[in-house]
Amino acid sequence: MTQYLDFEKPLAEIEGKAEELRAMARENPEMDVEKEAAALDRKAADLLKSLYGDLTAWRKCQVARHPERPHCQDYINALFTEYTPLAGDRNFADDLSVMGGLARIEGIPVMVIGHEKGNDTKSRIERNFGMARPEGYRKAIRLMELANRFGLPVITLVDTPGAYPGKGAEERGQSEAIARSTEKCLELKVPLISVVIGEGGSGGAVAFASANRVAMLEHSVYSVISPEGCASILWKDAEKMRESAEALRLTSKDLHELGVCDRIIPEPEGGAHRDPDTAITSVGEAIVSMLNELRDLSGDKLRADRRNKYLALGSKGLAA
Amino acid sequence: MNWITNYVRPTINSLFSRREVPDNLWTKCDDCGTMLFHRELADNLNVCTNCDHHMAIGARDRLKSIFDGGVFVEVAVPEPVADPLHFRDQKRYTDRIKEARKKTGEKDAMLVAEGEMGRTPVVVAVQDFSFMGGSMSMYVGNAIVAAAERAIALKRPLILFSAAGGARMQEGILGLMQMPRTTIAVQMLKEAGLPYIVVLTHPTTGGVTASYAMLGDVQIAEPNALIGFAGARVIEQTIGEKLPEGFQRAEYLLDHGMLDRVTMRTALKDELVTIVRLLMKQDAPVKGDLPAPEITSEATLQLEDPIVPDDAK
Ligand SMILES: [Zn+2]
Repeated sequence: MTQYLDFEKPLAEIEGKAEELRAMARENPEMDVEKEAAALDRKAADLLKSLYGDLTAWRKCQVARHPERPHCQDYINALFTEYTPLAGDRNFADDLSVMGGLARIEGIPVMVIGHEKGNDTKSRIERNFGMARPEGYRKAIRLMELANRFGLPVITLVDTPGAYPGKGAEERGQSEAIARSTEKCLELKVPLISVVIGEGGSGGAVAFASANRVAMLEHSVYSVISPEGCASILWKDAEKMRESAEALRLTSKDLHELGVCDRIIPEPEGGAHRDPDTAITSVGEAIVSMLNELRDLSGDKLRADRRNKYLALGSKGLAA
Repeated sequence: MNWITNYVRPTINSLFSRREVPDNLWTKCDDCGTMLFHRELADNLNVCTNCDHHMAIGARDRLKSIFDGGVFVEVAVPEPVADPLHFRDQKRYTDRIKEARKKTGEKDAMLVAEGEMGRTPVVVAVQDFSFMGGSMSMYVGNAIVAAAERAIALKRPLILFSAAGGARMQEGILGLMQMPRTTIAVQMLKEAGLPYIVVLTHPTTGGVTASYAMLGDVQIAEPNALIGFAGARVIEQTIGEKLPEGFQRAEYLLDHGMLDRVTMRTALKDELVTIVRLLMKQDAPVKGDLPAPEITSEATLQLEDPIVPDDAK
């Protein structure tokens, strides 16, 4: 059962009607509804196509946050073999909002790290809705450091509303942990590839995504602040998130134009949550292709290229 | 990545630009309410002489308080693309910038200068909270990169005074990208073997603390400065409880191991001189108020017509 977003309401009605017809036919085998149901299916498909062909920035935020969107765990399960999770920051705790470990992709040994939001109430609470505490960033730093020592490429999957705003998180140095994680990303002498698979929430995302290549799933978003947060500060009204989402230019297309995103990974019709397998396969292909672009470069070159990329950011804006 | 190519001949600043302070005016301390003589307060670097409360100090006044005789040379900062996102909320970003420039007389939220501090050559960057909340813009990123490049070219330490609410929302993702960008500037300094000292001033939060402001070799904060990642209100809403007294204040961070020192503004210059000279293996410092340097250093040699303030002659 699909969970519909508010703007998908007309779609829900059509798909609901088709489903009702078919359910009736199952109970009354003498009824022939297939023609009518098929017409509804076509109508739904057309509507889906038009809705998703032109998503506003705010709708993209909603799609990026869709609870059924594939999460880090789904990508790791499907794309990587021999995944061996590694835990803990060796200091305080193991933060389950960040998962990571050794694995192979297409036979290549790598380190994979990502934010995991969880997929039901229990796991969402366990994973803290993908909002990392300092321990999460410090675990990531440790894993990146390990990969660097053994020459393994690092792949990060970004999907977080942002770093966790908590008392303990502040006391244990949330900002320092994020700063050090970003610093580690920029120090690595191995390829670092990031894919924003859902939400790229501010500093919490930067800490993983200061990479040689940053790819974004078509409907994912990456922003300095949530549209709601921006609206409440600049519009003094959190309900103005549609306007702020538009103004923030947080879509994959905008980020590609601004030079922050290197590659947009197309999503299946109706978003990754409608066809997770296709979305996951596309992400896998993009990761392998980016790995191949970087694999033969020396460590010094990888680090220098990464730095130059970020130093040059901001030399161009959006076209007038 | 050579920002030096954008280097423009520096301009001189001096105490001449200090606004004339009328002797007959008083300021009320924000904290204890004591009425303080303007002149007395300015001489004490805007620290209340009664209760030691640290009031805001302007970015230029900060530079004057750090450099010998108040003399420094400004380091030019390359101009970024203006209004890269064509951002508009209730106001246009371009209008907000215009207003901030008019109000502060500054280009953006960061000043960079070079000069001598206790006869120790340094580069100093000061974030200007009065300019759009000190927010981290592409200009601020350019300023920090320029400061690091200049420090490396002159083989000097970089001292940075932070004050900001975070990244500038009106520059969207490009504001956010100043986090990795400024982190690279810090890495370049470290690789050049030069000290990078951060002085966190009230308030420093958000993406600024989560990048260059927390990456100093030595981390100092002014007393009672608010320092944190998330805002206290957001935290209270998230965890559903009241935060303890002094939460996210300098002394609280010191207690939690997040800072090296909390130092009074009036003692900062001497302390910075000591730390920098120890790290640079230089002789023990000359302390106290020093006149402007002789016109022999590399920085001042570039000046055609150096201006020395009256009280340094
Ligand atoms: Zn007072």
